[in-house]
Amino acid sequence: MKPSSRFAAAAGSQTRRAFLQTALAAAPATAVSAAALAVPGSKPLRTAEGLIDVNVSLGQWPTRRVRCDDSRELVARLRRLGVSQAWAGTLDGLLHKDIAAANNRLAKTCHQDGKGLLVPFGSINPKLPDWEEELRRCADLHHMPGIRLHPNYHGYRLEDPAFLRLIELATQRRLIVQLALIMEDERMMHPLFRVDPVDTAPLRDLVQRVPGLRLVLLNVHRTLRAKPLLELIAAGNVSVEIAMLEGVGGVGTLLAQMPGGRLLFGSHAPMFYFESALLKLKESALTPAQSQAVGHGNARHLLTS
Amino acid sequence: MHEAAGDHSQGVDMEIWDLHCHLNGVPGNTPEARLGRLLEYADRLGIARLCVFMGMEFTYDPSPERLKEENDSVLRAVRAFPNRAFGFVYLNPKHRQASLDELDRCVRDGPMVGVKLWVAEQCSSSDLDPIIERAAALQAIIFQHTWLKIAGNLPGESTPMELAELAIRHPHATLICGHSGGDWERGLRAIRPHRNIYADLAGGDPVAGLTEMAVRELGSERVLYGSDAGGRSFASQLAKVLGADVRDSDRQRILGGNLQRLLRPILAKKGITV
Ligand SMILES: [Zn+2]
Repeated sequence: MKPSSRFAAAAGSQTRRAFLQTALAAAPATAVSAAALAVPGSKPLRTAEGLIDVNVSLGQWPTRRVRCDDSRELVARLRRLGVSQAWAGTLDGLLHKDIAAANNRLAKTCHQDGKGLLVPFGSINPKLPDWEEELRRCADLHHMPGIRLHPNYHGYRLEDPAFLRLIELATQRRLIVQLALIMEDERMMHPLFRVDPVDTAPLRDLVQRVPGLRLVLLNVHRTLRAKPLLELIAAGNVSVEIAMLEGVGGVGTLLAQMPGGRLLFGSHAPMFYFESALLKLKESALTPAQSQAVGHGNARHLLTS
Repeated sequence: MHEAAGDHSQGVDMEIWDLHCHLNGVPGNTPEARLGRLLEYADRLGIARLCVFMGMEFTYDPSPERLKEENDSVLRAVRAFPNRAFGFVYLNPKHRQASLDELDRCVRDGPMVGVKLWVAEQCSSSDLDPIIERAAALQAIIFQHTWLKIAGNLPGESTPMELAELAIRHPHATLICGHSGGDWERGLRAIRPHRNIYADLAGGDPVAGLTEMAVRELGSERVLYGSDAGGRSFASQLAKVLGADVRDSDRQRILGGNLQRLLRPILAKKGITV
């Protein structure tokens, strides 16, 4: 049978053309956006809740402008594609030394433009003076549920005692700790803006030394895979997201190896096309329970635990 | 935003064709099993046809024997799914006669429709000339891997600039710039002046703006969707096109229309209508 007729048969009246239109069309707020990606021949995924995207950034990347690097446009687009909550860091937090101003803007933008969708995750740089006060402000002043760390852009290694102190204090303040391993492929970095990936070798031991730590690794799978990744996840309450997960059927393959409660939906938008993460949920044959857990359940649980 | 994505008036039943797939990185013990698995995933995302090249394992600088082995794997795979997959013959310009023989065996006398050149030798080398000439005579399309790595390329790895040199020598060959040079913000500009070079969108992270820039600089007629599956996911690569701020008509060309146009002559010669 020719593929076109095979698809048409499987999809009833829905043609591939229609798939494209549906994939790009607005998703109703009540339907998870996987429903918007109704692929011919497969049932759309529906849940009462939208997606929780744990890896979104506000601000502009230093070497590239992208669509939706304006917070209002980003919020509108994420909502249209079925996201109900996005954990947002600030790109200003990578390089700005007045990190309080960056966090103030992040909190304000999430409040003013976020329309209940953006949740701020402030930047903490433990190599800056008075960082403990900045951590306190993130928790007490901005009421952030977590922080986002960029050790490689902030110039420290995880063996640094300041990092242990930071994750201890964050855990005392009941803040989720997000740790971004990379922000972009090292092969195409700007020659004056080359940053090594975070070396995660010390992390397993550190996780075990901080009971209660809720750690979320971002942009993981390019530099941390297989056994070292699985061992780190097993060391404590460690979750990872899917923005840089590659390989055909990657989500299903990873879920077969790791605890299903530790995989989160993350897009790395707007630097990445958001649709990448969305389509990954479709590419793997996930059970409804798996889709629900990765799509929002695990993140919701992390937030409320 | 460009023109509304929900325009039903054209009523096109378009097929997504994937320019760039491998058997490597896919579960399965045989070429047929691996292509079967790839197609299961492709089906879930509505991808109709896959171009497949290179064997069960990648080799940087294959010997003539190894070339034959890798191409045999692809032949086995595509013969098992004749309505779903096309093969490209993997060649090594360092082995000129062996490559020409493989080109004849797999394309002229076999079902394959394109050529794959990887990292054995820089593509500006005159060693490529007889291969390109014969491939062009057969109306096979030529896929050349390219990358621009800040820390330096592999010894025989080509850049888009080197592909531009090749394009000048062979204005009638259809050349595809693999990965748009990886560092696509430079790669796309390097190939822009050369009308016979097309951009492959596959194989890098789904960094926003890639497709928009390719369409802006080359025109959507010269931009091709590909995934580089199984090492990459179909999802991340398809997102580059589905998520791009381009017109629907551009999207359709990129997802299948252009590749269908480029392959139609050689498919017609083989009696395949699509
Ligand atoms: Zn490839």
